[in-house]
Amino acid sequence: MVGSIAAIGAGLAVIGAGIGIGQVGGKAMEGIARQPEAASKIQTAMIIAAALIEGAALFGVVVSLLGLQV
Amino acid sequence: MDCSHVFKFKVNRLIVVFALFLAFFSVASPAFAQVDSAVVAQDTAVVAAHAEEAAHGGEHGSKKFEPTKVIMEHIADSHMWHLWGHTSLPLPVIVYTQAGLDVFSSGNFHHGEHDYTSAKNTYRLVEDQVKIVGADGQIDEAATAHLYDISITKNVAAMFVAVALILIVFISVAGAYKKRVGKSPKGLQSLIEPIIVFVRDDIAKPNIGHGYAKFMPYLLTVFFFIWINNMLGLVPIFPGGANVTGNIALTLVLSLGTLLIVNLNGNKYYWKHILLPDVPWWLYPIMIPVELIGIISKPFALMIRLFANITAGHIIVLSLISLIFIFETLAMAPVSIAFVLFMDVLELLVAFLQAFIFTLLTALFIGMAVEEHH
Repeated sequence: MVGSIAAIGAGLAVIGAGIGIGQVGGKAMEGIARQPEAASKIQTAMIIAAALIEGAALFGVVVSLLGLQV
Repeated sequence: MDCSHVFKFKVNRLIVVFALFLAFFSVASPAFAQVDSAVVAQDTAVVAAHAEEAAHGGEHGSKKFEPTKVIMEHIADSHMWHLWGHTSLPLPVIVYTQAGLDVFSSGNFHHGEHDYTSAKNTYRLVEDQVKIVGADGQIDEAATAHLYDISITKNVAAMFVAVALILIVFISVAGAYKKRVGKSPKGLQSLIEPIIVFVRDDIAKPNIGHGYAKFMPYLLTVFFFIWINNMLGLVPIFPGGANVTGNIALTLVLSLGTLLIVNLNGNKYYWKHILLPDVPWWLYPIMIPVELIGIISKPFALMIRLFANITAGHIIVLSLISLIFIFETLAMAPVSIAFVLFMDVLELLVAFLQAFIFTLLTALFIGMAVEEHH
């Protein structure tokens, strides 16, 4: 039972990150399409933002992992 | 014509390597009796042995496969470095107890089956934890509470391998720069130079700005240390296979380095921003604690990010391998190996990306701390 609740927690965390990274990626694509010459700058900023979002999601995953072990 | 000759030679060499690889695993696979290997490719061989065993009801009988336990065992640290089958490399156990410092080989435990009696205490390995055994043969909890385990574990040994690798590469490259002043780079130099230039031009310069050179040694060290350890973690055979960057203690030390460098180099604008922000005075009780938490939370996020990314990658790979045991059929093997291959390629990207992100965010935080306002 604890295992499945932890899995639901991890899943919820991933939904948030999915929406977030999807938004970042989509907007970056739009930006690059408008201004291809700014591609490298946009990519760097995109990776930073994606990493920050991913960090938040991984907090959730780590917590659900801890929940699994207890 | 020359080209085709070279091509043929390369293909031959590839065939030989592949044949040796296959031969190694076909010889090794019967040796695997239980899933205790620390590495992924070995896991595939283990898989075969284990699946066979499951089908024939093997000598272990109907022992139930517990994926969570197996996966946690694989990503955790260990007192011995598993090589293949029942062969492990014993590593030194260094424990500090009330009776004093004790150093012995973990081979004395015989995979936790035997107790080891030194001049000072009797030790037992319980689930990879060194415990002190009392005179009555039971674990002495009171004495164990005062046991400090500073052993050279698998992760520490793997870190030594990575450090040795980094030293070999960079001492030779640095030597080449001294010897070949003003000439074009050669050999290993031409491999490393673009990466160093990448760290300097794409990470340090845009984020730190003026005075970036002071921080280059730290940024380069962190970048190459994380990257090499990430990649060694993906290598399934001996010198790799340890989950070094997926160990929270290691990422904690790395992020402590960032915390210290950022705060020791913070200028007056940085501290003013934290202690006397430009907000109405009655907001200070909220703003100052938030800013102070921000000092800690930034490196804390770095720590969790690296740890969770690498650990999650290893867990996914091991879960895919575990699918074979869960379904208890060899028919699952091709599917799971295909997925594992895909994940490993993805992990190769993640290995670089995490080293990049860690260095980039460190540079960003340093940049925020040393920024001059006019």
